[in-house]
Amino acid sequence: MRRSPAQKALAVVAHRSVILAFTAFAIFPFYWMLITAFKQNSDLYVGASNTAHNPFIFNQAPTLIHLRILFQNTLFPTWLFNTLWVGAIVVIITLVLAVPAAYSLARLTGRWGEHLSIGIFLTYLVPSTLLFIPFSRLVALLGLQNQLGALVLIYPTFTVPFCTWLLMGFFKTLPKEVEESAMVDGCSRFGAIARVVLPLAMPGLLTVVIFALTLTIQEFVYSLTFISSVERMTVSVGVPVALVRGDVYYWGSLMAACLITSVPLAVIYNFFLDRFIAGFTVGAIK
Amino acid sequence: MDTVPALTTPAPLKAADTLSARDRRLGKLLLAPALVYIFLLVALPFLLALFLSLTNSSAGSLDFSFVGLQNFKNVVTNPVFLRALRNTFVFTFVSQVLVMVFGNTLARALLKNFRGKLLVRFLILMPWAAPISLATLGWLWIFDSTFSVINWMLKVVGWLGPGQWYYWLGDPTLGMVAIITVHVWRLLPFSTVILLAGLTSIPAEVHEAADIDGAGPFAKAFQITIPMMMPILTVAILFGTVFTFTDMNVVYLLTRGGPYNSTHVLASLAYQEGVLGGDVGRGASIAIFLLPLLVVMAILMLRTSRRAEVS
Repeated sequence: MRRSPAQKALAVVAHRSVILAFTAFAIFPFYWMLITAFKQNSDLYVGASNTAHNPFIFNQAPTLIHLRILFQNTLFPTWLFNTLWVGAIVVIITLVLAVPAAYSLARLTGRWGEHLSIGIFLTYLVPSTLLFIPFSRLVALLGLQNQLGALVLIYPTFTVPFCTWLLMGFFKTLPKEVEESAMVDGCSRFGAIARVVLPLAMPGLLTVVIFALTLTIQEFVYSLTFISSVERMTVSVGVPVALVRGDVYYWGSLMAACLITSVPLAVIYNFFLDRFIAGFTVGAIK
Repeated sequence: MDTVPALTTPAPLKAADTLSARDRRLGKLLLAPALVYIFLLVALPFLLALFLSLTNSSAGSLDFSFVGLQNFKNVVTNPVFLRALRNTFVFTFVSQVLVMVFGNTLARALLKNFRGKLLVRFLILMPWAAPISLATLGWLWIFDSTFSVINWMLKVVGWLGPGQWYYWLGDPTLGMVAIITVHVWRLLPFSTVILLAGLTSIPAEVHEAADIDGAGPFAKAFQITIPMMMPILTVAILFGTVFTFTDMNVVYLLTRGGPYNSTHVLASLAYQEGVLGGDVGRGASIAIFLLPLLVVMAILMLRTSRRAEVS
């Protein structure tokens, strides 16, 4: 299987082209958001039939006007606040429910716990598009229509199964001797969990906090269904629903909002990618 | 004396046998809150969805009566529904084929070491990390009827002559093309990183051994890579299929199912009928059509996880 230098060079070129092409495909919309967010309107709304006007570059000086409009004349800051507020409470609820459940499945239940854990994971697959109709009944019954409380109630339906699964895998990687030796030293099981296991599980807990938060920020369907007042919307719904106006062009501010929300999430995801993959591969790789 | 200990070696204990009754009780106690929550807010609403599909309930009131299978009968004879059903399958199938082909290509390319790999990984991951509604909004602007940059490029290279124009979101076929493009763009990072994890888990020695035995690239692909990748490939396909089949974000934000309800998928149609139209029973019955495929996917996933456990 010796290869000539020409073949090697060809393989390198092919490899580079594949990487380049897919990277370009992945980031093009973000590049487009970036350039749109800082372009003057007269540079933005030229019309694509004018081939002399290159839309990929700044034909006029960049401007901060769209950012200023976004933060001063729209409810974007309110939506950001709403999103983080809902996210914080959902994270707390998720931790309260998922940490004990995950520990129990990892340590205190035998064979049936393993089956149950797969069952819990499968509930993550029940899609929001199947549940939003019964939830709309439930939300109406509880008088939570158009309240952020509706989202706080419902978002754990997808964060709890996913985070329980992730954390269970994490607890299983901790050696059992850790809490056993603490219990020999006179700790109760509870004391051992609080004093020994949880501090060791901090990286796992942090992962869960991050994922519960990002899943909440990304959620669209429930938020769209249950929140109708503009000032109570979350970012993922407020921007596409309340910033898009039929005949008034807001594309500069819109794209700025998309970019500002997306980039921090991308950075966070990148840090926690490996754990995230481990959560999905369901033991299919060792 | 040497042979005696072998006879008294205890059988290996299973995890369940070593648990004390107290631990078991604590185990149930710790599990209870999560299980109660999942039962109340996933299992019961799920059953309620089935029940509502058999009623004529509407968004305005809590009164309803039982109408049996009437909703389903109305739905399956409706051309808009049949179109949405077909679209859902086309959308899922085409996106998944493209995602798998591209994902495998990209994962293999990322397996090699090269300068700037971490940066490339970050950039390629962005479409998956961005909130789907906001990312789709970016595409909405790219597909804009007047300012579409795609049309500008097609004009520049001469594909679109004078007077020719693509209305990406105003045409049933181009609309589906746009919807599939956005979905492939969105799911590709997810499948790529999962496939990459699978490829990385194949030990290098396996390939080296095959090289020594004189295996060609085809033999290696079909006898090593593909069989060893099967579990992970299944996982990527199952999740990808579920995420695509049940998605309404892309359709809702790009075309709203238009023009003339030609680009709806089941999920977006259920939303239009059940929430916007207020016909809860009808919306629920449309959403129920998502169920058979989901059940199949869940069973396949259980079998995959069990096989992984055994091996």
